[in-house]
Amino acid sequence: MAENVFDTIIIGSGPGGYVTAIRAAQLGMKTAILEREHLGGICLNWGCIPTKALLRTAEIYRYIQHADDFGLSVSDLSFDINKIIERSRSVAKQLSSGVAYLLKKNSVEVLEGHGKLAGNGKIIFEKNDNTVSELAAKNIILATGARARSLPKIEPDGKLIWTYKEAMVPDVMPKSLLVIGSGAIGIEFASFYRTLGVDVTVVELLTRILPVEDEEISQLAQKAFVSQGMQILTSATVTALKKGQDNVTATITTDGNSIETTFDRAIIAVGITGNVENLGLDATDVLVDHNHIKIDKWGKTNEPGVFAIGDVVGPPWLAHKATHEGIICIEKIAGMPNIHPLDTRRIPGCTYCHPQVASVGLTEAIAIEKGYKVKVGRFPFTGNGKAIALGEPEGLVKTIFDSSTGELLGAHMIGAEVTELIQGYSIAKSLETTEIELMETIFPHPTLSEMIHESVLDAYGRVIHF
Amino acid sequence: MTTPILMPALSPTMTEGTITKWHKVEGDKVAAGDLLAEIETDKATMELEAVEEGILGTILKPESSEGIPVNEPIAIMLTDGEDASNLNTYVESYSPEVGEENQASADLVQPQMLPKPGSDSNKPQVDASLRIFASPLARRAASDAGIDLTNIAGSGPHGRVVKRDLEAIPTKTPQEDETVIGQSEISVPAVVSSEKMVPAPLKSTPGENFTEITHSNMRMVIADRLTKSSNQIPHFFLTIECEIERLLEMRKDLNNRAPEGEGSYKLSVNDFVVRAVALAIKKVPMVNVSWTDKAMRQLNNVDISIAVATEGGLITPIIRNADQKGLTEISIETKVLANKARDGKLTPEEYQGGSFTISNLGMYGVKEFSAIINQPQSCILAVGAGEKRAVVKKDTLSIATMMSCTLSVDHRAVDGALGAQYLQAFKSLIEDPLTMIL
Repeated sequence: MAENVFDTIIIGSGPGGYVTAIRAAQLGMKTAILEREHLGGICLNWGCIPTKALLRTAEIYRYIQHADDFGLSVSDLSFDINKIIERSRSVAKQLSSGVAYLLKKNSVEVLEGHGKLAGNGKIIFEKNDNTVSELAAKNIILATGARARSLPKIEPDGKLIWTYKEAMVPDVMPKSLLVIGSGAIGIEFASFYRTLGVDVTVVELLTRILPVEDEEISQLAQKAFVSQGMQILTSATVTALKKGQDNVTATITTDGNSIETTFDRAIIAVGITGNVENLGLDATDVLVDHNHIKIDKWGKTNEPGVFAIGDVVGPPWLAHKATHEGIICIEKIAGMPNIHPLDTRRIPGCTYCHPQVASVGLTEAIAIEKGYKVKVGRFPFTGNGKAIALGEPEGLVKTIFDSSTGELLGAHMIGAEVTELIQGYSIAKSLETTEIELMETIFPHPTLSEMIHESVLDAYGRVIHF
Repeated sequence: MTTPILMPALSPTMTEGTITKWHKVEGDKVAAGDLLAEIETDKATMELEAVEEGILGTILKPESSEGIPVNEPIAIMLTDGEDASNLNTYVESYSPEVGEENQASADLVQPQMLPKPGSDSNKPQVDASLRIFASPLARRAASDAGIDLTNIAGSGPHGRVVKRDLEAIPTKTPQEDETVIGQSEISVPAVVSSEKMVPAPLKSTPGENFTEITHSNMRMVIADRLTKSSNQIPHFFLTIECEIERLLEMRKDLNNRAPEGEGSYKLSVNDFVVRAVALAIKKVPMVNVSWTDKAMRQLNNVDISIAVATEGGLITPIIRNADQKGLTEISIETKVLANKARDGKLTPEEYQGGSFTISNLGMYGVKEFSAIINQPQSCILAVGAGEKRAVVKKDTLSIATMMSCTLSVDHRAVDGALGAQYLQAFKSLIEDPLTMIL
């Protein structure tokens, strides 16, 4: 096979692209991956990972603020934002070079530069040094991801009006911050900056923050954030954002009443938009709808031999969704038997604010809307010994079953470490356990995971510790 | 020591059995190998032998007890000299409501009781294939809907049955049932709770005029297997006419040569058909396949199942390696198996498996018909009566003895041209029967 001819070429090396490339190589395909910036994509470099490093700092900072509660004395607590950022960047760098190692280990050819479809399985590849060559592959998988969406008349400038990217590497700590949008990204930054003492205001268009979560969880989260001193405005819109010398003045409209408030900085976190530009899609039959590539359930686009996965095909915009879509897509291409399309009800979602939020499956409202007769169990952190010992008595574990079949429809959690707990429910959903197997499962004592058990028991009126 | 005797699993599909006869009464001394009881399974009536000596203490399930689940205690054995008073506690614990712990010990004891056919006292007889891999949710949904999971091809990992597999099955609503059956009182809705699974008592409404005959296990299995086959397999049918004049002559000739007494035989037309079917498979082995979701199975042996009508229903004993057997061997074996089938004495080895089935209704004067494939096989040959018909030979009308044969084929596994090729091979053997001797 010629040097520039591959079985599979993947454009974009985020968690969707690089995992798909490794899987393709495992399946015996000659595989190349194109990346114009950093291996690992947004997730590793400008998303999931570096923000977790920042939030870890915030978490430790909060612990130390409460050191006295644990019998410890700490004085002169302070922080250096440059060092915090430095740590976050070095974590991202470490993981990005880890991806390079993994791709090399699996004999995936990494091509640095920009790829553009040229039809008939051809790609025009422009290296970062501007040299152009032609590549060809039987299968081309677009995994180009997405970027922050901006609002009409409110364009981020990277200085006063940030996207997640600038918010991750602030040059100075703002004293006040406006967060527009209360999805996972907005709320995580709100939580980080608030913990480090910034006056944070969150504006959400919908009636509640974290709108994709169960309503009960949204309310508990809002209560917790407000008690931490965050200002939260729901059913509100930022209608104008006027840039000053070193600040921005926002016009915030609620119920037809507008107020003007000035903030040091603003973050736009109102969702993302697919990277569909400059890919040569016009020259192909690939269909694009609202800045997302249209695919079938196996990731196939309308153009033969061209596939797409991850954020560029649409929500939920989650790394693990992209990864799974990629694996399903490539295994289907390889003709593996027994491949099933992604079941979106099994995709867990995590928000790493304080308190943490995690969920999988249907919310109570959607389950009812879909016609299920539900059984709902709840268990509060105050009833759990480990939570009390950790000094984390705030939170809730909510479990929703279909009362007629015992199917686990959804689980929704808020509180300490719930992002690590949700996988218990994810496994239960994949294995299709009913309430009986969950009740029969022995959860170790003392752990936070016991709350899963109790919440399940509660759905059937059998809760023990509450 | 007291030992429970459990309802044994006598075939892979058996989930329950009926005790048709107890050969011992309570208090009888029993030696190892003694016939204890006869059990009717879904396929046949089988004998239950004692493995150890002792005394038959208590019979928990009297004769004619129907639908006893596999592994349920049916009797208690006592060691010689033991007092019957030892029984009481056992009888209680093994009686209908079996405690969990007793159930566990019962499971351990279970392999001691073995059925006569193929008994190998070292091997637990519970077939591994009995274990159905299904998610808990699928199990519950199936049980709620009264769906038998054994019939469902799982799409989960390693063929595990998951919820979506059940969703793929069209379930009838109670209303649909009513319109089909027209007797809402006796229709069993698709979704029923377990207690409703027992047929509802008949309500005598004016104008009803029927007697309800409870299904035998065999009837249930036939209904289940044929429904499944008819629903799942894309059947197509190929009919071919064979002239059997020469076959009849050869048969007459061979039968005339049959010795008296030892080594005697009487060949039937069907024996020739069996041999021709087997030899044709050797010529066109691509029809000797079995469809599975994952792959096509090319079968190595030519095992011919022969449909035998019995009082209880249809059963298909097998002439194994029929391609390697001569006409007399086939003839004698067929007679033995058919007699055993009619007496309900076939052992599972004698009717389970097989690669190709022959169904012959010629003796009833049926001219031609088509049959439902015997899963997991791919073909069944329906053989009609040999009869004199007007045929055109060399542009003149003449009379010949003809036999119509219709091959039902699983189109997933065998295409039309291949099926036709097979029938050609079969026809040339039947019409030129001397080639069968080769």
